[in-house]
Amino acid sequence: MAVRSGGIGGRAASIGVWVVSASIVGYAFIFGGYLSTIVAFALIYAIFVSGLNVFMGLTAQVSFGQSAFAAIGGYSSAVMTTTYGWAPLPAMLCGLVAALVAAFLIGFPTLRLKGHYLAMATLAIGLIVYEIAVEWESVTQGYMGISGIPPLGVGSLEATSDRQILLTLSALTVLVAFAMSRIRQSRLGRAFAAVAGSEEAASALGINVARYKLVSFLLAAGLASISGSLFVHVVGYVSPEVFGLHMVVLAFTMIYIGGLGTVAGPIIGALIVSLLPEMFRGLSESQDLAYGLTLIVILIYAPKGLVGLAKTFDTWRSQ
Amino acid sequence: MNAILEVRGATRRFGGLTAVDSVSFDVPERGVTAVIGPNGAGKTTLFNLIAGSMPPSEGAILLSGNEVTTLPSEARAGLGLVRTFQLVKLFQELTALENVKVGFHLRTRGGLIAALLRPRWQRQSEREVEERAKALLELVGLSAIADSSASALPYGQQRLLEIARAMASGPRVLLLDEPAAGLNAEESERLARTVRRIAADGVAVLLIEHDMKLVMDIADEVVVLDYGRKIAQGTPDAVRRDPAVIAAYLG
Ligand SMILES: Nc1ncnc2c1ncn2[C@@H]1O[C@H](COP(=O)(O)OP(=O)(O)OP(=O)(O)O)[C@@H](O)[C@H]1O
Ligand SMILES: [Mg+2]
Repeated sequence: MAVRSGGIGGRAASIGVWVVSASIVGYAFIFGGYLSTIVAFALIYAIFVSGLNVFMGLTAQVSFGQSAFAAIGGYSSAVMTTTYGWAPLPAMLCGLVAALVAAFLIGFPTLRLKGHYLAMATLAIGLIVYEIAVEWESVTQGYMGISGIPPLGVGSLEATSDRQILLTLSALTVLVAFAMSRIRQSRLGRAFAAVAGSEEAASALGINVARYKLVSFLLAAGLASISGSLFVHVVGYVSPEVFGLHMVVLAFTMIYIGGLGTVAGPIIGALIVSLLPEMFRGLSESQDLAYGLTLIVILIYAPKGLVGLAKTFDTWRSQ
Repeated sequence: MNAILEVRGATRRFGGLTAVDSVSFDVPERGVTAVIGPNGAGKTTLFNLIAGSMPPSEGAILLSGNEVTTLPSEARAGLGLVRTFQLVKLFQELTALENVKVGFHLRTRGGLIAALLRPRWQRQSEREVEERAKALLELVGLSAIADSSASALPYGQQRLLEIARAMASGPRVLLLDEPAAGLNAEESERLARTVRRIAADGVAVLLIEHDMKLVMDIADEVVVLDYGRKIAQGTPDAVRRDPAVIAAYLG
């Protein structure tokens, strides 16, 4: 038997990555405090990046504007709960629908064209949504932002303490990871992989390339919207800066550090990239330098991310 | 016998060059038809027109008597017209088995909801896909490397894998662009057997091939192209003795 050397199946390899991720979250849960806030944000990013991973990792497309969908989710949650008194869940759902409609309107025309029209369009929408958040003051309150957003909750059950928040976000992250692993090993996931591998070969096998790109883009936008909503409910506040271009840069870093196209990659990537600056806090001035260097070292020695590294280690051990 | 595929005056121009020049022929419902011709004769371009990879400048393509000339390739695949590529196009990140599984796309159902909830019919369908994909790998002699990454396979095996993947979609007409290129003698023999088997199962095979021995071996009918034009058509024996064909190959 040949050694398994690739494919969308492989699960054993990433067990180590899961253990490390769970330990980090467990540590934050036990010791609480500042660390727990950072891990909570990291988990929200993990969901955002998982969505981006469907589009970039599984389908091999590029989007620079996912922050726009997070903003749509976040602002919908904020406005619907504070101005209209909706409960968090329906407000979140409202954001999800709005984000999907926006993604459809951008994706439908651009994804049928060959070339990088979508990547350009997404770059534009990131900037446009940011401008709207700034200018549409009657609704968004401009730079001032919206505060007093209620915490996550269903009915009288609310996640207010650090631990409750961490627990809720961990559960959601696991759910998203579970969904990702099921998608990867399905007819849908294979169609994504086919589009990623060769558009010509995919359509020769009857796969509607434009449609699957659109589905992939909608999935990414949906998860971005949910993560945007989660963020504002956890923090209780939203302003245009929250969903700026830096969010996209951070997400790209996380996806590559963790492992593009893998289930665990976005999660470990989000945790490590969020925690690294904290580890180097003692270094004061050279903190950014150490952070940057560490990222570069990881990318040099683990070009397929930390999950890829774990897989290599696994293959090497089994030989 | 009825023609399943009809090529009617297919023409394709690239600027001043006419790569395919009013070519007409029929592919019968059963059997193996070969397209031969010197390098640059327009064989691959002709395949591109038939499969819908590019539109013809003029002419029409009919499948089972219905015009498909303006349909995109995925729609033609849906009607049973499936091709392989001269430069193999596998899904490099997937294993050999997963590549074949992708081929079952047209014959299965299931989107996001089915993926997430994995209802019983979906599990059943995935089991069938797995079994039938393995059977196809067996057909082309690749069972042993089912779990190897497609990109790690030697060239000859990649070609055979691409045929297995195309077969997974259940074609009525299978277009093979130089399937024997890069195959060693043993693989080439396996290919010939596989093609005959596919044809015997009722699939119309249209293949481009340079290896004359293979063509003589498996083709029932041969179409000869030169400079984009059809210069001869007939049984392998008749074509081999055709003066125009001899001139094209020697001159
Ligand atoms: N996309 C294209 N744009 C411009 N010219 C093309 C294109 N595709 C093919 N040609 C030209 O059309 C002619 C026929 O090419 P084609 O690939 O169809 O030949 P072929 O018979 O398949 O040759 P080979 O045996 O080398 O594969 C060649 O002169 C080629 O350069
Ligand atoms: Mg060719």
